[in-house]
Amino acid sequence: MAREKLTSLKNLRSEENQFQLRLVVAYAFMLLMFVLLVGRFIWLQVVQYQHFTTLAQNNRISLVPILPNRGLILDRNGVVLAQNYSSYTLELTPSKIDNMDATIEQLKQLVDITPRDMKRFRKFQEDAKDFETLPLKVKLTDEEAARLAANMWRFPGVEVKARLFRDYPFKELTSHALGYIGRINPKEKQQLEDDDKTTNYRGTTYIGKTGIEAVYEDQLHGQVGFEEVETDSGGRAIRSLKRTPPVNGNTLKLALDIRLQEIADQLFGDRRGALVAIDPNDGGVLAFLSKPGFDPTLFIDGIDSQTWTSLNTDWHKPLVNRALRGIYPPGSTFKPFMAMAALESGIIKMDDIRAAPGLFVLPGSSHQFRDADKKGHGMVNLQKAITVSSDTFFYKLAWDMGIDRIAPVVGQFGLGSKTGIDLDGELTGVLPSKAWKARRFAKLGPAAQKWLPGDVVSIGIGQGYNSYTPLQMANATATMANDGKLFTPHLVESIVDVKTGRESRVNTSPTHQLPFPQTYFDYIKQGMAGVLKPGGTAGAIGAGLTYTMAGKTGTAQVVAIKQGAKYNAASLAEQNRDHSWFIAFAPVDHPKIAIAVIVENGGWGAGAAAPIARQLFDFYLTGRVPPAIADSLKTATLPIVQAPAPAKKAASDEVANP
Amino acid sequence: MKSQILKRLWAKLIEPLDGWLMLFLGLIFMLSLLVLYSASNQSFDKIDNKLVYTMLSLTIMWLIARSRPQMIMHFGPPLYLVGLLLLVAVHFKGITVNGSTRWLSLGFTRIQPSEIMKIALPMMIAWYFQKHEASLRWWHFLVAIALMLLPVGLILKQPDLGTATLIMAAGFFVLFFAGLSWRVIVGGLAVFAASLPVIWHVMHDYQKKRILTLIDPMSDPLGAGYHIIQSMIAIGSGGPIGKGWLNGTQTHLDYIPERTTDFIFAVFSEEFGMIGNLILVGLYLLIISRGLMITARAQTLYGRLMAGSITLSFFFYAFVNMGMVSGILPVVGVPLPFVSYGGTATVTLFIGTGMLMSIGKLRK
Repeated sequence: MAREKLTSLKNLRSEENQFQLRLVVAYAFMLLMFVLLVGRFIWLQVVQYQHFTTLAQNNRISLVPILPNRGLILDRNGVVLAQNYSSYTLELTPSKIDNMDATIEQLKQLVDITPRDMKRFRKFQEDAKDFETLPLKVKLTDEEAARLAANMWRFPGVEVKARLFRDYPFKELTSHALGYIGRINPKEKQQLEDDDKTTNYRGTTYIGKTGIEAVYEDQLHGQVGFEEVETDSGGRAIRSLKRTPPVNGNTLKLALDIRLQEIADQLFGDRRGALVAIDPNDGGVLAFLSKPGFDPTLFIDGIDSQTWTSLNTDWHKPLVNRALRGIYPPGSTFKPFMAMAALESGIIKMDDIRAAPGLFVLPGSSHQFRDADKKGHGMVNLQKAITVSSDTFFYKLAWDMGIDRIAPVVGQFGLGSKTGIDLDGELTGVLPSKAWKARRFAKLGPAAQKWLPGDVVSIGIGQGYNSYTPLQMANATATMANDGKLFTPHLVESIVDVKTGRESRVNTSPTHQLPFPQTYFDYIKQGMAGVLKPGGTAGAIGAGLTYTMAGKTGTAQVVAIKQGAKYNAASLAEQNRDHSWFIAFAPVDHPKIAIAVIVENGGWGAGAAAPIARQLFDFYLTGRVPPAIADSLKTATLPIVQAPAPAKKAASDEVANP
Repeated sequence: MKSQILKRLWAKLIEPLDGWLMLFLGLIFMLSLLVLYSASNQSFDKIDNKLVYTMLSLTIMWLIARSRPQMIMHFGPPLYLVGLLLLVAVHFKGITVNGSTRWLSLGFTRIQPSEIMKIALPMMIAWYFQKHEASLRWWHFLVAIALMLLPVGLILKQPDLGTATLIMAAGFFVLFFAGLSWRVIVGGLAVFAASLPVIWHVMHDYQKKRILTLIDPMSDPLGAGYHIIQSMIAIGSGGPIGKGWLNGTQTHLDYIPERTTDFIFAVFSEEFGMIGNLILVGLYLLIISRGLMITARAQTLYGRLMAGSITLSFFFYAFVNMGMVSGILPVVGVPLPFVSYGGTATVTLFIGTGMLMSIGKLRK
């Protein structure tokens, strides 16, 4: 009994010990666990504090881009050529829409969705990723927008948004100069990424595609603004923390005079061709026309393939910028520049008199080079040869000089090289030389590459391998007019900073001075002045001038006329008729405008191109509006918008009331 | 005379209570009101509710605290039986919410029978051990384990891994203090570790996801990992001294899920920082210390087992909740004791506290 009790007591004591031990173990375990927890807190709240603070900030704040307004484009008098307007668009996000076809069917009952809209939308769908928002119909009427807004709840993934659109009030008239903007495509997106511009294009859907819109994209786009918005976990904006306003794109002021542009356009009528007018004093482009033009608004929201194909296959080629990319043989408009080369070479002196017969036969050959005038022009000096445009005189001159004495001089007027105008895609044309021929026919072997003595003859009258763009011809003419000051022609005259209002002019100093004697310039210019006087090839055009004008007609052959055959416009298909060229400047002493006009298949120079130049000069220098088109002009009575900054006094204003 | 009556009433009122526990719980209660006010976006609705259910809980606690442990002990078996029956009822007629069947409709309200088990299971096992106090043999432990596994199995079937874990822990704590052999404990842990692949296999997909999320929350930042990432951001960005009361951005911009209930610690931690965390952990430690003191001085086996189990359960709840919110434990639905908003859990906690106090009065 006693023993039993002892055992029990012992048991009790050991049990007691074991219990106390377990209490200690449990307590130690709990302390350890709490230490572990505190270690975790130190890790999160001390060591990783910065990291989590950043994460919390990122959570809380989201940046919402605020789009800048694209810069305006104004003409030299402040007339708006490109502007923005706000309009409602119907936009769909394919990833949020279960049944696209059904949704569109239902939307069709609310707004009119044309097959063109549908085609365009399908094209977007092919190009874009699913989560991108794509426009189905743009420029909704107020009524349509209201009707859609009221039914929006029925269409998840469908939105009506207010968007800024680009508007070109003069459409076709300015299409080739201004170009257009369009939706950013994957290639351009990649380019933006490569240039590290993605941030500045957040939220932006449009980018300049061609023309001024593309070249001056950086100026026009502006700087995107951001709003720092505090957002909750559902992405709802709670309040605005900070707003960095966008900087709108800068305003571009062109040298272009839209009135001149419109008159030129009207004078062309339905004819194809190009016209470039340049201010010889600063290289500013006063008019830049390529006929026919196109409606740039077709491209802004994406063109459907049908319209695209029809524009591309149209034989009038409305999408080709003829002024910039059309290369034509210059015909006789080449002669003044040829004359400069001749004087420079010393082959002929200013007072040398030579024969200008009706026919030139290459020594040792039976090939006949005919003059436009069968009778010839008798004995003439170089100046007179320009005035009467004697082909035989220049054939002989070219033959005597050889290509090596022509190309270097003519090339200095910018012929056969890019002018560097502020437009993209300019073509070089061809300034023939031995080196050029060797390059051009490299694939055909040495025989084809060799420069033949006869090659030079037709080059003397602007045919043969010669081919230049109207822009090059206009700039060369301006360089002749201003006695050899070569400018880089430019459409944009100044950039108005919308923030400061400061207007900065683009560089308008000549790139260099051509090293030819002033007497040669005067001599040649007088020869060109003679063209518009009685006895000159455009004598009739010069009748009744109240200022002095100098020019040169040209006729560029489209097809070669067989030996002995006679050119007969009527018997040729329209596309094969000669191009009508005219280059000119005025006034002769202190030129204010230089021009190159080509009317495709327009026949001889004085017939089609010269009258356009004369009437344009009349308007530019005297303010006279051609009566025949006065009624159809829109721009003549346009209200002149005051530009954001004081504009340079326009040349046309100075002479409007002489 | 009047003050005399009041004094006597007051004395009668506080007589069953434990001063230390009341002090620590009072401090935690203050903190919980502050954080709840912030977490509920400065609305008094939840504060009002909390005051009401806390008053109710305190009343129940007081009633239990003034009862003798011996008397309370006898409620164990019937409570356990009722709880078990209700769990079976849940299995057949329960209400399914979010894929798990945890609730039982009583017509006017819904109850969660597993909540009863949190207190009923340790009571049952402790009662059983007390009954066989003189002759505890290994088979008694087997029976106790069976008593534990019955409700745990039913709750795991609901499925509710969190509550099952808590109940199993409460049961295990009783076994531990009853002297479950160290060898069995170590062996059990080894078996558990060895059977992890099997457990993994039978786990529900969402449970697996929680484990995976714990290992790498970034593997699914907008799905399973979202809650834990956001609460870790809240805690981390709170820093050493916190963002200040009512200034938690994660809290007020709705990034913290369940921020008045299971994740309320993230709110607290964001606004009061490391210092706040240390204070809170310190308070829990004080409560636990006091609980273990009561356990050590308990007069009966039943008292020891119950006080030990309740104290360790408090620790376990607090540790699991803070561990889960700070990303070192998987997300299971465990509220932060005495802080999280929710009446049922609070009542259970205060019942436990009442028992602690009852045992603490050195009565049999």
